[in-house]
Amino acid sequence: MSTDTTTNEAIGEINKYDFRTESKAVFKARKGLDAQIVEQISEMKNEPAWMREFRLKSLDIFNSKPMPSWGGSIDVNFQDIYYYLKPTDKQGRTWEDVPQEIKDTFDKLGIPEAEKKFLAGVKAQFESEVVYGSLKEDLVQQGVIFTDTDTAVREHPDLLREYFGTIIPPNDNKFAALNSAVWSGGSFIYVPKGVKIEFPLQAYFRINAENMGQFERTLIIVDEGASIHYVEGCTAPMYSSESLHSAVVEIICKRGSRCRYTTIQNWANNIYNLVTKRAVAYADATMEWVDGNLGSKLTMKYPAVYMLEPGARGEILSIAFASGGQHQDAGAKLVHAAPHTTGQIISKSISKNGGRASYRGLVRVEKDARKSKSNVVCDALILDSKSQSDTYPYIEILDQDVSIGHEASVSRIGEEQLFYLMSRGLSEAEASTMIVNGFIEPLVKELPMEYAVEMNRLIQLQMEGSVG
Amino acid sequence: MSHILRIENLHVSVNDKPILRGVNLVIKFGETHALMGPNGSGKSTLGLAIAGHPNYQITEGSIWLDDANLTEMEADERSRAGIFMAFQRPVAIPGVKMADFLRHAATNVRQPDRKEGQDLIPMREFRKELKSKMEQLKMDPEFARRYVNDGFSGGEMKRAEILTMAMLSPKFSILDETDSGLDADAVRLASASIAEIGRDKMGLLIITHHDKLLEHNPPQFTHVMLGGRIVETGGAELARELHDQGYDRIRKAYPDAEAANQQMLAKEEPVAV
Repeated sequence: MSTDTTTNEAIGEINKYDFRTESKAVFKARKGLDAQIVEQISEMKNEPAWMREFRLKSLDIFNSKPMPSWGGSIDVNFQDIYYYLKPTDKQGRTWEDVPQEIKDTFDKLGIPEAEKKFLAGVKAQFESEVVYGSLKEDLVQQGVIFTDTDTAVREHPDLLREYFGTIIPPNDNKFAALNSAVWSGGSFIYVPKGVKIEFPLQAYFRINAENMGQFERTLIIVDEGASIHYVEGCTAPMYSSESLHSAVVEIICKRGSRCRYTTIQNWANNIYNLVTKRAVAYADATMEWVDGNLGSKLTMKYPAVYMLEPGARGEILSIAFASGGQHQDAGAKLVHAAPHTTGQIISKSISKNGGRASYRGLVRVEKDARKSKSNVVCDALILDSKSQSDTYPYIEILDQDVSIGHEASVSRIGEEQLFYLMSRGLSEAEASTMIVNGFIEPLVKELPMEYAVEMNRLIQLQMEGSVG
Repeated sequence: MSHILRIENLHVSVNDKPILRGVNLVIKFGETHALMGPNGSGKSTLGLAIAGHPNYQITEGSIWLDDANLTEMEADERSRAGIFMAFQRPVAIPGVKMADFLRHAATNVRQPDRKEGQDLIPMREFRKELKSKMEQLKMDPEFARRYVNDGFSGGEMKRAEILTMAMLSPKFSILDETDSGLDADAVRLASASIAEIGRDKMGLLIITHHDKLLEHNPPQFTHVMLGGRIVETGGAELARELHDQGYDRIRKAYPDAEAANQQMLAKEEPVAV
């Protein structure tokens, strides 16, 4: 069924992501954030001294940095959040090893099924810890490492330490500092030279408890000529109070390598999602971010590619869907730091029912990055008069011999389009959904089939939210 | 099958400006009617009012399909009841493939009581049907994968509308200048397709300036519209007369309607779909 707009199938279905699991934590740190909590997390994880110090230093940076003065309004009481919750004692290598109620959670989310069908490896994170991990045997044989970042600190200390915090240092921004202080879980991936992983590796992040903060930390190193497609999914049930998700993702694409990082997040509408994602690409390497942002109360996320050597490519495709009470401040960042580098940003945002979708993007061409090319296309679709869309494009060009393009469009869902589809028997809701699916089709067709179907289902759920 | 589309004393305004001033028209299933008239006389308005365009406000009168009163129905309900209109300039829906669009439309129209979320026509069955209809209309199969009306040539747009009509098999079809903007070959193809798909299988209301379409689809009735009313009705010979000699005789014979027509032309044109 390729990427057919399966508009009808999901209508009437309850939101399958909004359920809570009765789960007893093995350990739950007290609420709040201070040096004692940070030390406790480090101690629970049996970390080496350098990491403990890295955390404590990061906490100081976090405390010293003001809240960002731009983007969305962040109304978080940092002392009212649980920073560490350990759901189980050990990580499962088979789903049978995972505590039943947590396994049930991931069953409902369809992870084990997807794993059987089309994934090369899976990590499932529940609250603060990765509870399940797998990797196909042939990839293990070829030297691929796919583990949670905590395990990597113990088992691959040299490799991890060489790159950890080098792409996004703690002082990069307040939320990178927060993550650096209290991080837990996340994926650590190393793809050796020349190894091309055919099927996607997937990580799934689930917040289950109320007032829980999730701070995973992902580091991906793609060695020369290697390639990988990594997929990340995130959900949480709906609670009355806000929760926080603040991840850091660092990626290194070495010469001639290729990395695609696909995110489909569907957070509950009271999650603050403040994430820093950045990749560096060396000579002739290609980094692609495919970033689907649905749900959350506020998302601030601008995946970045720094093109450091000639021939590097950076591509960012971003979809944001803001419904009532939601602010998606999403975008992208391309830095051309070498000659003959090529970048592209395609952003599509949809706002409805009072939602606000902002595109915030930066293209920077450093001096001497001659013959570089960059192209930005951002399209916004506004579904009703209550909703809002803003564009904040920043372009900084320090070299003259470059080619930069920027196109932006804002459109309202057309009365004539609605009438046309309705005159062919589609209800108003079906017609709107079809128009929205058509709008994001250029991005959805970039997704593997399973995710394309999922994306269309998520859009469908979002579209239903306003009806009635 | 016997169905009747009955338009009674229809008054329609756009932006509170009256366009139709009491149209009466009865079309039986299987009949072909031609609707002619000078620019601005209200032909497209009648079609859009029957199809249920929200900007075309019915201020008086009613539209009936058999025992069902269409007047208060939304466009989608009218479509499911059996009304179809092929538009002059159909809008593009970027990113939506013709095949997906037609599968949803055909499912809804064929199963009007189907609840949203219930199954679409099975993919295999639908593809087979679509393929055979497209062969019948001499369309490239690739067409099904293109986005609805997006970047279509004039001829492609009209053929897509005819394909949609073929897939929806309505009880009554309004064809709004389905021959306009086409070269001679394309008009011949469109006319033959309409005859093959439509004649005897539905009631047709053909809005046209040209005679080619009517050659392939000889009307039992020709209606002439002027100033928002049907001022004269005849047979196929009336269509020929108007095509050969224009509307001078009509304008002179109905000075009140002519005055209303001039008045409407002076105002801004209603938005054509």
